[in-house]
Amino acid sequence: MVFKPVSSPHRHGALSTARVMQWVLLALIPGIAVLTWQFGWGTLINIAIATVTALLCEAAALSLRGRPVGFYLRDYSAAVTALLLAVALPPLAPWWLVVIATASAVLIAKQVYGGLGYNPFNPAMVGYVVVLISFPLQMSSWPTPLGLLSDASQPSLGPSLAAVATGTGIDGWSGATPLDLFKHGVNGQLVSDFVAAQPLFSQALLAGLGWEWVNLAFLAGGVLLLAKGIFTWHAPVAMLGSLALMALLFWDGGSSHSGGSLLLHLFSGATMLGAFFIITDPVSSAVSTRGRLIYGALIGVLIYLIRVWGNYPDGVAFAVLLGNFAAPFIDNYTLPRSYGHSRARRATEQSK
Amino acid sequence: MRKVWQTPGGIHPAENKLQSVQQPIQPLPLPPRLWVALNQHAGAVAKPLVAVGERVLKGQMIARPQPDSGTALHAPSSGTVVAIGPHPIAHPSGLPADCIEIVCDGLEQWIDRDRHPDYRSLPRSELLVMISERGVAGLGGAGFPTAIKLASDRPIELLLINATECEPYITADDSLLRERAEQMLVGIDIASYLLGDPAERVIGIEDNKPEAIAALRTAIAARSDKAAAIELAIFPTKYPSGGEKQLIQIVTGRELPSGALPAELGIVCQNVGTLYALKRAIVDGEPLISRITTVTGKACLRNGNYETLIGTPVSALLGHNQLQPQRLARLIMGGPMMGVALPSSELPTVKTSNCFIAADASEVAPEQPAQPCIRCGLCAEACPASLLPQQLYWHAQSQQHEKLEAHNLFDCIECGACSYVCPSNIPLVQYFRAGKGEIRQQRAEKAKSDFARERFEFRQQRLEQQERDKQAKREARKLAAEQAKAAQAQGDNGAAEDNSAAALIAAAQARAAARMASPQQQRDKLTRAITSSRARLQAAEDKLTQAQHDGADHSQLQALQAAQAAAAQKLQLAEQKLAELAATDSASSSDASAAPELDAASRAIAKARDSAAAREAMSPSEKMASDLAALDKRLAKLQEKLELCEDSEQRQLLESSAAKLQAKRDALHTSSQGDQHGI
Ligand code: SF4
Ligand code: SF4
Repeated sequence: MVFKPVSSPHRHGALSTARVMQWVLLALIPGIAVLTWQFGWGTLINIAIATVTALLCEAAALSLRGRPVGFYLRDYSAAVTALLLAVALPPLAPWWLVVIATASAVLIAKQVYGGLGYNPFNPAMVGYVVVLISFPLQMSSWPTPLGLLSDASQPSLGPSLAAVATGTGIDGWSGATPLDLFKHGVNGQLVSDFVAAQPLFSQALLAGLGWEWVNLAFLAGGVLLLAKGIFTWHAPVAMLGSLALMALLFWDGGSSHSGGSLLLHLFSGATMLGAFFIITDPVSSAVSTRGRLIYGALIGVLIYLIRVWGNYPDGVAFAVLLGNFAAPFIDNYTLPRSYGHSRARRATEQSK
Repeated sequence: MRKVWQTPGGIHPAENKLQSVQQPIQPLPLPPRLWVALNQHAGAVAKPLVAVGERVLKGQMIARPQPDSGTALHAPSSGTVVAIGPHPIAHPSGLPADCIEIVCDGLEQWIDRDRHPDYRSLPRSELLVMISERGVAGLGGAGFPTAIKLASDRPIELLLINATECEPYITADDSLLRERAEQMLVGIDIASYLLGDPAERVIGIEDNKPEAIAALRTAIAARSDKAAAIELAIFPTKYPSGGEKQLIQIVTGRELPSGALPAELGIVCQNVGTLYALKRAIVDGEPLISRITTVTGKACLRNGNYETLIGTPVSALLGHNQLQPQRLARLIMGGPMMGVALPSSELPTVKTSNCFIAADASEVAPEQPAQPCIRCGLCAEACPASLLPQQLYWHAQSQQHEKLEAHNLFDCIECGACSYVCPSNIPLVQYFRAGKGEIRQQRAEKAKSDFARERFEFRQQRLEQQERDKQAKREARKLAAEQAKAAQAQGDNGAAEDNSAAALIAAAQARAAARMASPQQQRDKLTRAITSSRARLQAAEDKLTQAQHDGADHSQLQALQAAQAAAAQKLQLAEQKLAELAATDSASSSDASAAPELDAASRAIAKARDSAAAREAMSPSEKMASDLAALDKRLAKLQEKLELCEDSEQRQLLESSAAKLQAKRDALHTSSQGDQHGI
């Protein structure tokens, strides 16, 4: 009997990259469900457009680069990028907005750099920022959450599709997000007065009607991924921790110049989506556990700074991109101390 | 129970150990033929002591190791040696190596077993020789000779017994402990005696072997010698806790500094199988001719542990366990994490064959193309050495050896945990092995070229020295000649005749001194060469033992051995030359006075004095004739030299001096003619 030579190890753990991506997709389901429940069909339509665009772009780029298309499409990474974008973009956004964002993400942020594993920036966040800067108007109109609608129902599928296709939106169905409202509305009033006057806040349990549920759903998905060992707790906990710390440090008891409460920062906007689905993207983050703690904490601080003192109501996308920038630098200073060495080395150090 | 420490990283692959411990250790039917590989562990090839056709007894030594490397080999059963030559052995390459083939006669006739239950009454050195001659080698890992490991000249404080067996599937040590724990404890005592009875003896074992732990506890409690306590360190099951470095960290909380040997921390590690073999070798007088081997895997209908003779064909082991060939997807020697896939089953077992896994398709990772690294960091989390495998992979791909070393590639223990967890299926450890190999090769080449350069420089120096010596001689001769000429001129002018004699003597002295300088210098040079080659040989030997101890790979060991052999040869050459020189010296001095150095000089002086005296007695025409004869002689010598000379520069020199001599001779000749004709 003669056998083929192969190298050890002869067994392999259960995880594969495709499996990792599938788990991420699965963990997004609660968030997608709550978004759809609160804001209507828009999110699902976004998902459809983004997924088709992402797969087409990925396939086109791969065949242009002469790579086996089927093999790489099966890693599901394009689908993950598409879904992350679809849940981050406003529901009922014009179709071309979604297409531009997705194409930028897949083509510019990922394939131009060499495909999966080589992108220094998170593709979904690059796509998001491209349209945020180019089309601020479309990007700032979110549908009104379910709880504030008079007849307690979102527009049905037909009008929603029409709105997306024509890019006109549906009158009376869009409004400000909690962060938006807080940033532009609180001026001159005490936070408590402002909150009482705004049904978006006064009727909410934690931090803004609808949004708190969306964030809780993403949190649940994130906990699932943590439990499954898809990623470690370091980056998300560090990010949420530093964001919370900033909110507490700068909480002035609710004066008219307040930066917003702890709960507002943790449970509105893209906080939980960012913490568990964006900054945990391994490719563009720091590598070691120590590095990921620093990386997460840095992004948490940046989110607060941009939200409170920046021009944009939410800062997750910018903060993540800045964090991506810093990741190689963080890596250089957070090499673990290897067994049998008295201290860690710098990555740039030469041997001996 | 002893406190244990946590180690970083590690994984929990499916254990798959139960299937092979359902029955006690069983004997195997005697195979008709055995092949004992002369090369039982990396780099050490033993020399056969038997000839084809010779009958051998069970336990008879059939091959002797090279000094300080490898172990002796013994006939695993009685029979006849039918061949000594290449046969495929259990090595991933599947390349043949020299084996002694024995046809068993089935009599199992033992040699006289020389038993030493009273080993503590033997001197340590004698016991160490006995261990080496009885073939005891490390059965847990690389098969390193046990005698060398136990001959530590450093003070040892901890004898650490490795009963971890952390690889999935393997249960050889587990079953050994379940059934033969007391004998293993005797092995601990022998090792302990040899190491100067270290303060602590600790058995490290994972908590997935409760039966073995219970057996150990009973055996320890039943020991009569309570003074030398043996402790158990039980720790949670995790791969690779059984790595030497990891075990040291778990049991002592200390890390072995990078590149150091455990003995430097006062620790010696021994595997339980080795200690059992040690007991058998010393107390029962049975050399290492068999070991416990696990046969497992779903392609075999029966799984279990067997007392296997070294040299048994793997196919016989598998056949006994009802191998289903159509189900066999991969045959692995060792465990699934670090074992090697064997190219065929027609190979003999060796001393380190602890397990054979006849895996079916469900038991091995399917071969999948690697996907890009997604930098998930799972590999770094799994790494027991706290390395960053994905960074290493990155640099290994681009062959950046400097970077690889900066990321501590050489601290990788090749456990494969990183490859195991990598979701992108990247064969990380394969890259690391290749990277290490490349760097080692580069180092070996550099060492070789350094050696060549040194040799070249040495030669260059020698040539220059020779040239300088020659120059000095030439100048001395010239000086002497000038002085002689001056003296002669004075003589011609009617001055004191004996001046010329004195000048001639001086010239002869100078010549002799010039010639004398060289043997003395030569001797000095040779002595220097000998000292340096001795140092080089020592260094080479040290490196070799170190590498063998580390279980370095084959090519590296070969390179080191070559270097050692070269150094030894050089030393021999230099010593030989010195001896020759001494012989010629003593030969020349034997017929001379007590001062051999001055001997040549005094002879030259005597000669010069004689010739000067003779000249004095000569008539002018006689003088001229003798001068002419001398000139003719010199001319002839020069011509001779000219013929032999190949160097063009030297040739020119010789030619010009020949021309001068010729002119001188011609002049002298005409004047002598004139004289003769009475002008
Ligand atoms: S486990 Fe594999 S994919 Fe993940 S970082 Fe390591 S090498 Fe890359
Ligand atoms: S093979 Fe090397 S790099 Fe990989 S986990 Fe083991 S020690 Fe770490």
